[in-house]
Amino acid sequence: MDSPEQSRDLSAKAGYTFTFLSDPKAEAIRRYDLVHAGAGDKGQDIARPAEFLLDSSGTVRWVNLTENYWMRPRPEQILEAAQALR
Amino acid sequence: MTIQRFNWQIWTGFLLTLAAGFSYPLVFVRWPITRGFPWANLLLFGIAAALLLVGVRRAFAPERRRRSKIAASILATLSVAMIGVFIFAAFIMSRWLPASEGAPQIAQRAPDFTLADTSGRMVSLSELLSTPIKGTAPKGVLLIFYRGYW
Repeated sequence: MDSPEQSRDLSAKAGYTFTFLSDPKAEAIRRYDLVHAGAGDKGQDIARPAEFLLDSSGTVRWVNLTENYWMRPRPEQILEAAQALR
Repeated sequence: MTIQRFNWQIWTGFLLTLAAGFSYPLVFVRWPITRGFPWANLLLFGIAAALLLVGVRRAFAPERRRRSKIAASILATLSVAMIGVFIFAAFIMSRWLPASEGAPQIAQRAPDFTLADTSGRMVSLSELLSTPIKGTAPKGVLLIFYRGYW
């Protein structure tokens, strides 16, 4: 839900080079059924944490929908799943 | 009147409780190993609780003054409240998440979308799946949805 500007600051600060997309109207978040209603700092709708690994055809090959948002997947878990992609 | 020794256990226990709570957002959130399951904070809370218990028992010894007992009661109550808030945030509130039954599952096609990147350019999922990286077609795409405000 962060704006493009907020995401730009975050990725610049952290040195990330991957694509950051902003979903201020929760379009993709809604399409993926990931809306966490009223959970934002001002009571706005935000995304629940979720990770999807897609193969080159856009098919989901690995997914993580955490049950506790303090718990996120470790980079090693995602790398392992990515290595299984052909 | 006897001179009473400083009840260091209750004060150390109280300060350690504060440190245990605030060190999560300020320090331990930085590393995956201490961020997911907050064992470092729980360990600090455990040490703090032991000190508080010793401090309260000491304060309630018959020869201690009333003032000492009141101070110990207040500090112990505040500490227990802090520990309660932390446990509530880490293990109860953090599980209040939507069911997301309609989320794409393994072997399903991920729905396409088009959103603005950090420079305001519109980017679609299908574009990310097909745009070559350093001359080779991508093996796939990792989509990460996060709560924001980082």
